[in-house]
Amino acid sequence: MSKGQVGAEQRLVTPGMVIGPATGKRAGSGTIAENNEFIATRLGWLNERNDVVSVLPINSAYMPRSGDLVIGYVAEVRNNLWFFDVNGPFQALLPMSLAPWKVEYGSTRQHLGIGDAALARIQEVDETHNMVLTMKGVGLRRLNEGAVVSIPVNLIDTLRGENNATLSRIRDATNCRIIVGDNGRVWIHGDAEDMLTSRQLIQTLQQEGHKNTFETAVLALENERGEH
Amino acid sequence: MGGYGDVKLLRDDGKRLDGRAIDEMRAVTIEAGVLPAADGSAMVTHGLNVAVAAVYGPMEAHPRKIQRQDRAVIDVRYNMAPFSTGDRIRPGFNRRSREISKVTAEALESVVLVERYPRSKIRVEIEILAAEAGTRCAGITAASVALADAGIPMRDMIVGVASGKIEDTVVLDLDKAEDNYGQADLPVGILPNTGEIAFLQMDGDLSIDEYNLAMEYNFKAAKEIHEVMADALKRRYERGDA
Repeated sequence: MSKGQVGAEQRLVTPGMVIGPATGKRAGSGTIAENNEFIATRLGWLNERNDVVSVLPINSAYMPRSGDLVIGYVAEVRNNLWFFDVNGPFQALLPMSLAPWKVEYGSTRQHLGIGDAALARIQEVDETHNMVLTMKGVGLRRLNEGAVVSIPVNLIDTLRGENNATLSRIRDATNCRIIVGDNGRVWIHGDAEDMLTSRQLIQTLQQEGHKNTFETAVLALENERGEH
Repeated sequence: MGGYGDVKLLRDDGKRLDGRAIDEMRAVTIEAGVLPAADGSAMVTHGLNVAVAAVYGPMEAHPRKIQRQDRAVIDVRYNMAPFSTGDRIRPGFNRRSREISKVTAEALESVVLVERYPRSKIRVEIEILAAEAGTRCAGITAASVALADAGIPMRDMIVGVASGKIEDTVVLDLDKAEDNYGQADLPVGILPNTGEIAFLQMDGDLSIDEYNLAMEYNFKAAKEIHEVMADALKRRYERGDA
């Protein structure tokens, strides 16, 4: 299973720990350069790639970036826009002009009501965390069926695997459609029983992804499907 | 002699009442990630003190008047449980807990990279379950482990330690009797990697030499506690429930 880290030694660092001298390298995310030394600012795995030193955090809150595919819930509706909860520190705004429908002023509630889930993309984020969503784009839509499960943001890469390998295996093994949002929400759609299986698989990955338990569970499913 | 006249705090063999040497710390154990609902949490036992810290956020700062356009605010609530001492404490805020909340928040603001999260709030709740002198230090240690556990970027962690003076002798890490009947108490928050001081308070009087010795003890203890803190965070990951 891919652990999401490439190259370098696997060293767990804590905030404030001196990583090494800051010569010829750049400080990436999770690190700062101070007095010509790199200092970790987060708890996580040290990663070095293309002369950039960074820390892959073990636990982190979702920080929206433009271009992220997110699954959001409508938290508030106004006459001309929606506010979405996207699992970030602030609500995201979806103006009616960026909705995929032709929306009249005042008819926003007919398209999306409070609590509805939707697949959207983050159009822009400014430096004070104001963000604008867009639902114009391929595949962006209201989510009418299926289930949404949450996973820690730092495990998204693990869930996807290299080139989406892990995700594809879960999809095939459980016969479900799965969309992984960058904000730690995963949409699953399939038969009730299949959905339950893939939820359990994702939960196993979440809790014991670093052990063999997940691998064993996927293999068992794959074998089972192969026999049918 | 001591602040209360004739209370004997040092034994004839030079040790303290609980058998510790004058530069010996009480035992410290730390566990990270003890609260499932919090974004980050930690429990610190320092001698007979028990402090639990929970971190939530970063989240949108409410009410809006507390928002800062260029940085996050850290909202610390230090509270002692009614059952944490022999005499029951009236629940809720009091003058002392307000003060400790404030100094803790200011200390944490100096290490957390607050400029990364404008308009946000990071909520830190410190609950003292059992108190035996030195709760603010145990609380700040717990808070910084909890912040690291929550994945909040920090320049360094803060270690809370205290030294003091009893019977004209500088000692490390006062216990309850020494705090109540001693002459001075010097709690500090130390950044273990840079050696900077994030907060410092002093109760009683120390000469310059005594102060220097007390700080020497504090730095020595901070190093020891920092190892326990780092170990707690690493152990948490090995358990695999990040």
